[in-house]
Parts: sequence; C-alpha cells; structure tokens
Amino acid sequence: MFEAIAFYLFAALTISMFTITVMTQQALYALSAMAAGMIFISAFFFILGADFLGAVQIIVYTGAVMALYAFGMMFFDTTRTVVEKRTNPRFVIVLATLAALLTVLVVIVPIIAVDMPAQLPIDPSAGNSQAVGMVLFTKYLVPFELAAVMLLVAMVAGIVLAGKKMDKSLTLMAEEEIELMQTAQYTPVAHEEVH
Amino acid sequence: MDTAFIIETMIKIVVLLTIFSALAGLGTYFERKVLAFMQRRLGPMHVGPFGLLQVAADGIKLFTKEDIIPQNVVKPIFKIAPVITAATAFIAAAAIPFWPEFTVFGYTVHPIVADINIGILFILGVMAVGLYGPLLGGMASANKFSLISAARSAAVFISYEVISGLSLLAPLMLVGSLSLIDINNYQSGGIGNWIIWTQPVAFILFWIAAFAETGRTPFHLIANDHEIIDGFGTEYSGMRWGLFFIGEYANMFFISFVIAIVFLGGFGDGTIAGAIQLLLKVSFFFFFFLWTRAAWPDVRPDQLMWLCWKVLMPIAVLNVVVTGVVILVQGGL
Repeated sequence: MFEAIAFYLFAALTISMFTITVMTQQALYALSAMAAGMIFISAFFFILGADFLGAVQIIVYTGAVMALYAFGMMFFDTTRTVVEKRTNPRFVIVLATLAALLTVLVVIVPIIAVDMPAQLPIDPSAGNSQAVGMVLFTKYLVPFELAAVMLLVAMVAGIVLAGKKMDKSLTLMAEEEIELMQTAQYTPVAHEEVH
Repeated sequence: MDTAFIIETMIKIVVLLTIFSALAGLGTYFERKVLAFMQRRLGPMHVGPFGLLQVAADGIKLFTKEDIIPQNVVKPIFKIAPVITAATAFIAAAAIPFWPEFTVFGYTVHPIVADINIGILFILGVMAVGLYGPLLGGMASANKFSLISAARSAAVFISYEVISGLSLLAPLMLVGSLSLIDINNYQSGGIGNWIIWTQPVAFILFWIAAFAETGRTPFHLIANDHEIIDGFGTEYSGMRWGLFFIGEYANMFFISFVIAIVFLGGFGDGTIAGAIQLLLKVSFFFFFFLWTRAAWPDVRPDQLMWLCWKVLMPIAVLNVVVTGVVILVQGGL
C-alpha cells in the first residue's frame, strides 16, 4: 500500500513539475521545476528497490541542471518573464497531437500487453551497485565505452573551442606584454587564426 | 511494513531533527566562542551563564522578526530557497549511522533512519542539492551581489562535487560497499584498520572538498561579507535567513560524521567507548571548521578553480588509479 501511495504522490509531483517546466515563461521557474522533477523521478527508483540508480539520478541531474542554471544566468534576466515568438501555429498543433497520441498509447499499453518477464532478472545474491556493474561491464559494455568516447570527444571539442591562449595568464603578464599580444591579434594572419 | 517499524522511524526522525536543530543553534555559539578565543575577545557572555542563552535570544529574534519579501524578487523561488538548504541537510542525515545499535528493554534500536545499502552516495547527492538554496536564493533576489553569489555557488558545486566523488572512490574500492555501516565494520579492528592509513591522500582531498561543500571559510566566497555583502542572504531577513544557517551548521555536523565514519573508523566495534570516540572525532572536525575560519583568509574564486581543476582533480584521479593497481596486484591478478 505504501508503494502505491508513494508512486501516485511522486507521479503527480513529477508530472506537475515538468508541466511547469514546459508551460511557464519564467526561466527561473522552468529550471527550478525541472530540477525538482528530476529529483522526484529518483523516488521511482527507490520504490522499485533500485537504490543505486536513485542516488545516481539525484547526483547526475542536480549537477546537469546546475549547469543549465549557469547558462540561464548568462542568457536571461532570470527575474523577468521571457516572451517567446511563436511564428508557426501549425508546429504547435502537430506537437500537441503527437503528445495526445502518446498519452493515449501510454494508458492503453498496460491494458492490451501481457506481463513482460524480466530479461535480466536481478541476482539476489549481488547487491544493488554490484548488479549494475555486472550488467554494465558485460551486456552493455560497448554502449558504455561508446558513451565514454563520446564524452571524451565533447571534452576535447570544448577545450579546443574555448581554449585560445590558455598557455598565457593575463594576471601574471606585464601591461606591455598584454598590449603586444593584443596588437598581434589584429594583424591579418593572426586574425584568421582567431576566428 | 509493520506498524512498529513506522513508529520507530517516526521517533528516529523526530529525535534526529530535534537534536541537530538544537546543535545547529549551539554551533553558532561554539563558533563565536572559538573565534573570540582565537582573536583574544570574550565573545557572547551577557545572556545566561557563559553567554549560553545567547542562542535562545538569537532564536527569538529570528523567529519574531518581520519576514520581508522585497518587491522585485521571484516570490515562490525566493521563499522556498532557504527551505531547500535546511531540508536537504536533514534528508541527507537519514542515511548516517550516528551511534552503534543498542538494546532498550529487549528491543534492538538501529540509530539510522534508513539503512540503504548505498548510504554514502545518497548522503553526498542530497547534501549537494543543498547548494540549490544559495543558488536559487541568489538568482531570485533581483540583487547584483546575490546574483554573483549564485554564480559562485554554481561554480563551486560543479567543481567540488568532482573532488569529493573521486576522492571517496578509492576508499570505496577498498571496502567494496557503499553502505556506511559496511565501511564502519571494515575498520572495526581498531586504530590500525582505519582507512586513513591506507588512503591518506583521499582523506585530505575529501576534507578539503568538505570545506567547499559546506561553504566554510577558505572557500566562503559564496557569501563573502567583505566583497558581496552577504551574497545570497543579502535580501533575506528573519527566519528565512536563519534557515540558511541551520542548514549550513547541520551540514557541518553531518559531513564531520561522514569523514569520521569513512576515514577514522567510525564507532569502531560498536561498544559505548567506540560511540563516544565517534562523537569526539566529530567534535574535532567541527572544531577544525571553526579553527580554520579563525586562522585562514578566504581564497579568490579563480584560486579556488585553479586548486580544484589543476591540483586536486589530477591528484584524485591518480589516487584512484594507484589504488586500483594495488588492489589488482594484491588480489594476485
């Protein structure tokens, strides 16, 4: 019974939070509601007995949404509402129809589908984090490694994009050196390099 | 789930909330006394014996003060931000074993609210959510100083989460479990079994990260009084401002418990002597927070980032790799 109460409570909370995320015109509301929704999702993992995934959900998404806040801070005045330009009403209609269809499917599927047996039933002798580790390093090894490589690519790309003149420290340089560097930047050859 | 379990959990939650709310209040008293002693002042001394009732006086003031909500703030976020800091501090405490299990009238009590087998992950994750308080409070305040403070809290959060996670990874590899009770039992053989002897680097790194996560002095730039007024707290008054501090002091106690349990043997073999030792260790770490505040200046934000990404993170990664190799070699490949 407690599982059912917790499930419906957190389901309602999660859905309302993500609704706020989508509907609001306030960047700060949207971000905060999204962070809250992500944390409420972890409750489902805890209800299902997947403690490890629940804790990881909290850790990963608080950090990820925190990075979004940093962008929000840079791009918006977060205390004002953002007026969106909706140029194409057809786009909204298509999206709304798809969303409605998806909702109907989600409700219908449990009625017509049979109970699915677990493909990889939990080994009761292994703990939660051990079970995740076993699956991650056997069945899902290739996607796991691929994700790691993709993250590495993203990191290298980020460093290349952002890291111009990272070997120099403006704080430690003398004024003349900085001026010299800035004039060098505006010569035609170096100019192409910079942009 | 039987009724006894629910009642027991309820009682534990109430006891934990009462004790640590009171301790958080007393923590401010200790802090002022320790700072005063180190700066050759007297500190609070007029209210009650040794100024002990100063805590009550502060509490009455905070509770009865008008709760001012400025005109241009984002009201719901502004109101909820202090609650996040205070609440997450106590939610994180749910997985901390504060005392070895004991028997009262033939009923064995486990002094831990939820003995989940990934305790340490849960504590770190939920404690990290506490930094949303300063972030949201700062962003909702419509105040430039608060916004700077919010930006800094996001920066501190994103960088020092990495350090605390990586530094804890090495001891966890040794123990092979994420449960704080397992970690404690791994070290129950006495002082020679403490993880600090096998993982001294991880201990120092985690300790440094603990200062950043609780926002204590060398890394106090989130609310640095001499640069950005009170940072996220500038626009707050009354009990909402007080809640930020209850959260901060409770977090200091809880992170001290985590350091003591993970690296310094916790409550050892579970006797009363071991439990008292745990409290002494926690008191030492709490005192060290105050000591550092009296003795050290604050670092600049760029120094903080430099320290995190160029010094601590490479050391933490190396530590994990070396630990892995040693475990592999000792395990006979």
